[in-house]
Amino acid sequence: MISAQAYGGNGKVKEYHYTGPVEHKFSPYAFNGGTVLAVAGEDFALVASDTRLSEGYSIHSRDSPKCYKLTDTTVIGCSGFHGDCLTLTKIIEARLKMYKHSNNKSMTSGAIAAMLSTILYGRRFFPYYVYNIIGGLDEEGDSETYKQDTYKAGGSASAMLQPLLDNQIGFKNMENVEQLPLSQEKAVQLVKDVFISAAERDVYTGDALKICIITKEGVREEIVPLRKD
Amino acid sequence: MALQDVCGLHNPPLFPQWTAPLSRSFMPEDSTHLSGGGIHGEAFSTRLPGRGGLSPLEFYMPIAEYLTESPINFGQTSLSSALTKLLEIDHLYPSLPSISLPPPTPCPISPSVPLPFTLSHGTTTLGFAFQGGVIAAADTRSSCSGLVACPASPKVLPIHSHLVGTTSGTSADCALWKRILSRELRLYQLRHRRRLSTGGAAKLLSHMLHPFKGTELCVAATLCGWDGDEEKHDVASTPQHANAPTNQMTAIIYVCSDGLRLQGELFSVGSGSPYAYSILDSSVYWGMSVQEATAVAREAVYRATYRDAYSGNNVDLYHVTAKGWRRRERENLKEEYYREKERERKRRVIAY
Repeated sequence: MISAQAYGGNGKVKEYHYTGPVEHKFSPYAFNGGTVLAVAGEDFALVASDTRLSEGYSIHSRDSPKCYKLTDTTVIGCSGFHGDCLTLTKIIEARLKMYKHSNNKSMTSGAIAAMLSTILYGRRFFPYYVYNIIGGLDEEGDSETYKQDTYKAGGSASAMLQPLLDNQIGFKNMENVEQLPLSQEKAVQLVKDVFISAAERDVYTGDALKICIITKEGVREEIVPLRKD
Repeated sequence: MALQDVCGLHNPPLFPQWTAPLSRSFMPEDSTHLSGGGIHGEAFSTRLPGRGGLSPLEFYMPIAEYLTESPINFGQTSLSSALTKLLEIDHLYPSLPSISLPPPTPCPISPSVPLPFTLSHGTTTLGFAFQGGVIAAADTRSSCSGLVACPASPKVLPIHSHLVGTTSGTSADCALWKRILSRELRLYQLRHRRRLSTGGAAKLLSHMLHPFKGTELCVAATLCGWDGDEEKHDVASTPQHANAPTNQMTAIIYVCSDGLRLQGELFSVGSGSPYAYSILDSSVYWGMSVQEATAVAREAVYRATYRDAYSGNNVDLYHVTAKGWRRRERENLKEEYYREKERERKRRVIAY
């Protein structure tokens, strides 16, 4: 992790001007970029992320996806500080195993989300710098995305993606439109289009897109190339 | 093994162990903040006996050694001069915003370099009592330094059947402390076979938040409830109570994470509260009807969302009576905005 002196909180380099002697401190955080997105339809859920890992002006890796499969019915997308993403997913996986061994069943998506909330709050005063979105199916096979809406974007390009999803999936801010339910094919196509747009305008998003599609048959992955520049 | 230690498999509880390893491994200049986490980690070694199924949220319980530790070490400034710089907002230290005590209300919208996922404090919530019970209302916008993180977040949370709390401050803190309060009130109800009064609940919440005074925890809640037994629900209907709020079983208490606890008849909390107060102060009176009270509360939130950038989206309204709380359908204020524009347009047309 490069010392964060020249970088602001989100990894972007600050302007240079002479301010006199400045005290530099070690920052335990870094911003590694990346965007995650989750969409839920009636019988499926999607969690998608780009695969670029960056820091400041550099790209560390073009193949570092941010979706982590937790169970056969749940996928979590984590972006932000990669160190915290790795630790957090490790802790979640360990807790899942412990639950499985003591309760003899897998955790449901809702339970995982509730557990994640308490894990994150346990570090209230030294937080995990991670944007999390959990997507999955619940016991009846209907799907839930664990933010209150049925679509949510997180990460560096989230502010660009979220309004578009509000419009296309939530039919918000439009008049006289027919509100069709979201089909899986349309959702996948929409996610691809939306990430291609995000890669155009956000420097931290690009390289490739990985989509995890969760249905009652299990989790299927699709990889789509994005801009590499 | 490291992961076992992190998961706290050897000693309960699980969560505080995760903060413990961090406390000693950083450089001394950082210890002021991180020792807060470390103290959390160490203090939980003394457990209350008999708590077999440990909930991970027990870390809030004040432990003796924790309280005797000087507050200087817990998120506050150190006496040594080299560390006094930490008082200022450190622009190079984006993850750990200022240590200074948060002002009572409203809390600052965001520190200069905000934590990436701390939800901000812009909100409008209000609660007032009248002859027909208590009304609690709030907007539904959660903002995070300029981005609307959630346009539909519930800020009025029911705690139990006759108590509702409005939340302002950091959303995570408010949600968690409400949950803890609900649990404690339920335990009290089971142990003592009666519901704890609103004043008692407020005192409990205030005492639970006290160990965190001086940290970034920010909770400003208005507890609105109905005390007493259900048999007394005819109290409000007798005419002599039209001007006698003191005989009413309603209670509205404002509790803040820096220790303030105030009882009153009318409160509004948040960045939009000045605008809400103007409507409430002019229109609320004890003898109003339920329809009037609902309309006034809704109007107050609407006016606040109109003027305050950090409040918006929908309005939630709860009405608490002797029979419990009742929730009004969440209303999207965008429609109201357009209706008002239409009324304004018509007024202009008539005038000319």
